[in-house]
Amino acid sequence: MSRKPLAVPGEVFLEDLLAGIPHASAVLDEGARIVAVNPLLEVLTGYRRDSAIGVYAEFILRSNLPNGRGQLFQRVLDSGEPVSMDGDIIDRNRMRVAVRFTLSALRLRRNSQAVGILVVLEDISQLQAKAKSTLFGDWTTDIIGHSKKMQDVFNVMPLMAHTDASILITGETGTGKDKIAEAIHRNSARGKFQFVKINCGALPPELLESELFGHVKGAFTGAVRDKPGMFKLADKGTIFLTEIGDMPLPLQVKLLSVLDDRSYFRVGGETKERVDVRVIAATHRSLREQVDRGAFREDLFYRLNVLQIHLPPLRERDGDIRFLLDHFLGDYADHLGKERQTFSAEALELLLAYSYPGNIRELRNIVEYCVNVCGKSVIDGEDLPRYLFTREVGVGQRAPAPPAPPTAGREPREPRGETGEGESWRTVEREMILDALRTARGNRSKAAQQLGLGRSTLWRKMRQLNLA
Amino acid sequence: MKILLTAQGDYIAQRFDLAAEAVIATADNGVLSGRPRTIIMDRPSPENLSNMVMEENIAVVICGGIEERHYQFLQWKKIRVIDYIIGEHSVALQRFLRGELQPGDILPLSRANLSL
Repeated sequence: MSRKPLAVPGEVFLEDLLAGIPHASAVLDEGARIVAVNPLLEVLTGYRRDSAIGVYAEFILRSNLPNGRGQLFQRVLDSGEPVSMDGDIIDRNRMRVAVRFTLSALRLRRNSQAVGILVVLEDISQLQAKAKSTLFGDWTTDIIGHSKKMQDVFNVMPLMAHTDASILITGETGTGKDKIAEAIHRNSARGKFQFVKINCGALPPELLESELFGHVKGAFTGAVRDKPGMFKLADKGTIFLTEIGDMPLPLQVKLLSVLDDRSYFRVGGETKERVDVRVIAATHRSLREQVDRGAFREDLFYRLNVLQIHLPPLRERDGDIRFLLDHFLGDYADHLGKERQTFSAEALELLLAYSYPGNIRELRNIVEYCVNVCGKSVIDGEDLPRYLFTREVGVGQRAPAPPAPPTAGREPREPRGETGEGESWRTVEREMILDALRTARGNRSKAAQQLGLGRSTLWRKMRQLNLA
Repeated sequence: MKILLTAQGDYIAQRFDLAAEAVIATADNGVLSGRPRTIIMDRPSPENLSNMVMEENIAVVICGGIEERHYQFLQWKKIRVIDYIIGEHSVALQRFLRGELQPGDILPLSRANLSL
């Protein structure tokens, strides 16, 4: 049978088009008969292209879609709107295979009547098998924590995934707020749609508005084309607004209106954009204090704070440090293809006594440093990053060269609980940042990595300490 | 010999587990005896369909896609299964009676309107 060309653009062979799709795919005509298939569909269904062409698609696909009389195909042809559904098919080996079906209308011109349907069958059996083992039963697959405080967090997460209300996640930097947000999204009804993350503290206000809500061509200098914005990208999914405490007040008003009306105007736009988005916000600040200071709108605070999760800092998660150290050791060893190393008793004592102001991110970076620097099978105290010993000395002093004696194991905590701790810690922090910047020759990314901080957190801290 | 064809309207149902209708025919030496009868079930159920096959003493099942476990069950009960058939069940039955039906056959369709 000869290849059917698609009318636009130019002469495009449908098989060539389908060959580029990494899932079993077919093109159907207006009568839902097969016009073209790709090799993956041939393998999945067991029908060769020459046999399948011209046959009503449901006969070939053997799906369990609610499509007994072709009503789903008809809906896509009539409305032009794509449809995505999970279901299954019986494959050529008499096996039931879980599949995500995506049906999209094919038109010859924009806004014209659809003349065909593109059907994509994504094999999701692996995903479903994984989801069965993780869904609500084991949230710790990505998020590790055995402590009582983390178990409390894991207990409420399934409930939050089942609702559609806004969530506010609080916790110090590096505690894994984004991981929690993503896990909730993934296990919610919105899980198969987009999870869009945006850092409200990393962009200037004007740019942030355009990033979030999009703009129309010519709205401002440099707006050379229409931009949909993050809210539009997250339609039907979840938008994760991290560092929400840093969002400028004018944008807070606009966000509040989106939450209330589910619609907004793009920058320079005249038509309302409607979106169906769940908002998860996160902050390391106390929003309540910001509300009291007038830096955060009270109404928005209540709107976001419908459900709240507080992530405990690592120093309050009994037993998790040891667990995480072992986990990351194994992780990096696998990643680098090295033999799995262990920590010596001395190194372990120092690491367990450390307070991890950068939380899990810092712990992970310490382990990565050790795995890369230490060539031995046992990581000793002298293989640990030097800054761990600097911190124990405190106010403005430089530490002697490592290794610290094992007896000092309980010492290297931050100078918490001392009189005047705020100022002294500020000084130490300033010193550490300057040291890291010197070592990294002014490269902020490298300095942040060395300190176990995110790049934006380092930038924020530098601003606070008048270093930027 | 009794033959059961899973049906959806005029066609062989594309899946054994989703079939809510069955056509049962009786044949003797390749000739139909009597008119085939159609049985409509409350709901699609592969277990009920398998039970019906047993109770009716069916010798041959002609169907579309069928899961391995249902296929193996019927084989274990010494029932011949001709699966992955696409087309009208009346055409499939005629072909079978002539000894020409093979698993995976796509039968010529007698009408252009393919709506089920």
